[in-house]
Amino acid sequence: MKNLSQPRAARRAMMGLAGGLTAVLALTACGANSDPQGETESTGPTGSIVVGSADFPESQIIAEIYAGALNAAGVEATTKPNIGSREIYYQAMEDGSINVIPEYSGNLLLLADPAATAASAEEILAALPDALAAKSPDANLGVLEPSEAEDKDALVVTAATAEKYGLTSIADLAEVCGEITIGAPSTFQERAYGLPGLKEKYNCEPGGFEALNDGGGELTLQALLNDEVQVADIYTTTPSIADNDLVVLEDPENNFIAQQVLPLINMDTVGEEAQNVLNEVSAQLTTEDLLSLNREVSGDEKRNPADAAADWLSEKGLAG
Amino acid sequence: MDYSSNNLFVQMGEWLSDPVNWSGPRGIPMRILEHLGYVGLTMLIAMAIAIPLGMFVGHTGRGRVLIVSGLGILRALPTLGMVFLFALLFSRGVLPSVWALVLLAVPPVLSGVYAGISSVNRTVVDAARSMGLTEWQILLRVEVPNGLQVMIGGVRAGILQVVATATVVAYAKADGLGVFLVEGTQINDNGRLFGGAVVIAVLAVAVDGLMALIQKFAIPAGLRATRPGAGSLKESGRQEAVASAQGGTT
Amino acid sequence: MDSIQGIIDYVPANAALLRELVGNHLVQSILPIVFGVLIAVPLAQVARLNRSAGAVLLTVSSLLYTIPSLAMFVFLPLVLGTSILSMVNVVVALTIYAVALLMRSTVDALNSIDDGVRQAAVAMGYTPLRRFLTVDLPLSIPVLIAGIRVISVTNISMVSVGALIGVPSLGRLFTDGLTRNYPEQIAVGILATLLLALLLDLVLVVLERLLTPWTRATPVRTARAAAPDVRTVAA
Repeated sequence: MKNLSQPRAARRAMMGLAGGLTAVLALTACGANSDPQGETESTGPTGSIVVGSADFPESQIIAEIYAGALNAAGVEATTKPNIGSREIYYQAMEDGSINVIPEYSGNLLLLADPAATAASAEEILAALPDALAAKSPDANLGVLEPSEAEDKDALVVTAATAEKYGLTSIADLAEVCGEITIGAPSTFQERAYGLPGLKEKYNCEPGGFEALNDGGGELTLQALLNDEVQVADIYTTTPSIADNDLVVLEDPENNFIAQQVLPLINMDTVGEEAQNVLNEVSAQLTTEDLLSLNREVSGDEKRNPADAAADWLSEKGLAG
Repeated sequence: MDYSSNNLFVQMGEWLSDPVNWSGPRGIPMRILEHLGYVGLTMLIAMAIAIPLGMFVGHTGRGRVLIVSGLGILRALPTLGMVFLFALLFSRGVLPSVWALVLLAVPPVLSGVYAGISSVNRTVVDAARSMGLTEWQILLRVEVPNGLQVMIGGVRAGILQVVATATVVAYAKADGLGVFLVEGTQINDNGRLFGGAVVIAVLAVAVDGLMALIQKFAIPAGLRATRPGAGSLKESGRQEAVASAQGGTT
Repeated sequence: MDSIQGIIDYVPANAALLRELVGNHLVQSILPIVFGVLIAVPLAQVARLNRSAGAVLLTVSSLLYTIPSLAMFVFLPLVLGTSILSMVNVVVALTIYAVALLMRSTVDALNSIDDGVRQAAVAMGYTPLRRFLTVDLPLSIPVLIAGIRVISVTNISMVSVGALIGVPSLGRLFTDGLTRNYPEQIAVGILATLLLALLLDLVLVVLERLLTPWTRATPVRTARAAAPDVRTVAA
C-alpha cells in the first residue's frame, strides 16, 4: 500500500536542500536592507481597513479576496495574515487591531455562545447578532451576508470502504462502527461533534481512534489511504477528497453544524460602501470556488494566496 | 473540563490534581512513558553513532576539523522543521520523528565523547603506550575511564535536549507530552495547556538530575582514590569541556 | 513538481513573506543575546565576589536552563501578563537561557584573569568599577564570545518553536508547510535558518577580532595592551 515514489521524492528533496541554498542566499541579501520588523507597512493610513486571517490557508485566501475587492472598489484595505486561532483573532477584532476577518458561521456562534444549540444555517444566522452583542458589548461587531460557500468537518471514507460496508451516510456506520477506526485531531474525542456526538446522534462507538493532529492534511489522508484508519475527519473543501475519490458521509442528524463563510466586521470602522463590496463577494463565493482555490494554494501548484485571490476576483469581475 | 475559577493557576492546579488525567491511554503517566520511549530510542541510535565516532576522532585526532564544522551545522538545524519534513517525506510513523531527534542528539554526545577522550593528559597516554599497551587497550583502559565524566556530560546534554524537544513530535503524530499542549491550544483548555507544560518541565528537571547523579559517580574508583589534589586545574578544564558540549535546550 | 526547482522558485515568489519572517526571526534571536550579556556580566561579577550569592545564582540559573523552551513559551504569559502570541515571551525565555549559560562561563573567565594584572590596575589608581570595565571585562571577551556563539546558534533554531503557539518566525514555514503538504517550503525554512545561524556566527567572529586587537598585536598575550575603548565593550 505504501507510496512507492516516496524514497525518490525524498532524494529529490535532499538534493533540493542543497540546490536551494543559492536561492536563500539571494533572499537574505535583499532582506538585509529592509526594515527588520516590517511594521511600517502594517499601520496603513487612517481610514484604511485591516483584513485579518486565521492561521490556515483558506482563511488567508478569503482575506486576500476581501482586501482585493475593497481596494478595487476604491476602499483602501490591507491584510494581516496568519494571526492565529479563533480565540486569538477574535481578541484582535475586539481591540480594533483588525476590522474584518473571514469567519465560519457555526464556529463563530459557538465561540460567542458555547451553549448555543442552533445547528441549521438559518438558525445559526438568526442567533449570531445577539450572541456577538452579548459576547462583546464594547465592540460593535457584526456579520454581513453569508456566502453559499461552506467548509466544515466531515467524516470521509475511501470508495473501497464505502462499497465494502455500503456507506453513504453516518447513519449507515452504526452497524459497523465497532469494526472501524476513526482518524481525527485528538480533541475529536471530547468535542460535542466528535465521539460524544457520534454516540448520541448515531449510536456509533468506533472500535478504534487514531489521533492525527495535522488538521485533516496530508498525514490524515495517508492514514486513510493506507487503511490505518477507515474513517477520517477532513474539512469539506479539501481538494484531496475529490482527488482520491473519497466519499463524504452524509450527516442527516446535523452532528456537524452549518459553517457558512461570511465576514465578521467591526460595524463602526467598516462603512456602508465597504459592506456592499463584501456582500458582493459573498454573493459570488461558492464551495466549489473554495475547493479550487485551496487546490491552487495547497495542491501541486502551491500558488501564494494573494495571487490565487487576485485571479478569482478578476474572473468574477470584482477587480482588475 | 469545568474549572471552578477563571484564574489560570487554579485551572492548572485542578487539571493536575484531577485523577481522570492520571489514568488511561491519554493520561499523564502513559504520555510520560511514550515521551521517554522516544527519548530512549533516539538516544540509543544517537549513541550508537556518536560514541564510536567520538572515540575514533578523540583517540586518533583524525577528522577533527570535519567533526567540528559538521557539528556546527547540525546544531543550527531546526528540529521542528526536520520533524515536519520527515513526516511529509517518509510517512507519519514513530521513526521519522526519531531520526529528526537523532540529528539533535548527535552533536552534544559526539562532542562530549570527543572532548572526554582528548582531554586525557597526553603524558598519561604516552606512559601507557611506552608500557606496551595496544591502541585498543589505551582507549578502553586509559582514555575512556579518565574521560568518562566528560563523556557522560555530553550524553546528559543530549538527553536534556531530546526530552525538551520530543514535545514537538505531538504536532506530527499524537504521542508524548506535547499532546497536552496541542490539545490545550486546540480546544482552549488552559488547565491542560499549562498543566502539560509543568509536567514537561518537571520531567526534564528530574531526568537531568538523575543524569547529574550518574555523572557524579562515573569516576572510576582507582582515580577517585589516587588523585584528590591533582584535580583543580583539570576540573575546570572538564567543566569547560562539558559546557562546550552543551548546546542549549530546545 | 521538481523539488530543487520548487525551492528556488519559492524564494522570489514569497520574498515579502520571507523578509518579514526573517526579520521577526532575527529580532527574536538577537535581542536575547544582547539582554543576556547585559544581565549575565554583572551577575557573574556578583557571583564571583560573593560565594553564597554565586551558589544560589548558579543553581537557579541551571535549573531554569533545564526547562524546555515550549513549556517556557507557554508559561511566561502567565508570569508576565503578556499575550501568548507575543514575541516578548520568546525573547524573555531565550534571554533566561542565555543568562544561565553566559553567567557560568563568565565567572570562569573572570576567575582566570591573572591577579597581577588586577593589582597593577589597582596600583595605577583605578576604581573597582573602572578596573572591571577596562581590565577584567575586555580580558574575558574571548570566553564571552565563545559562549555567545553557542547561544546564537541554538537561539536561531529554537525561535522556530514559537511558531507552534502562533509567534511569527521562520518556524511558520514549517507549520504552514505541514498543513499545505509543502516540503519545499519547509526546506526553504530549514535552509534560511542554517544561513542565519552561519551569518550571525560570522558576525560574532568578526566582532571578536575587532574587540580584541591585542590578541593579534603581539604573538604573546600581554596585559599591557589590554585596555580597548570601554564604549566598544558594551556592543
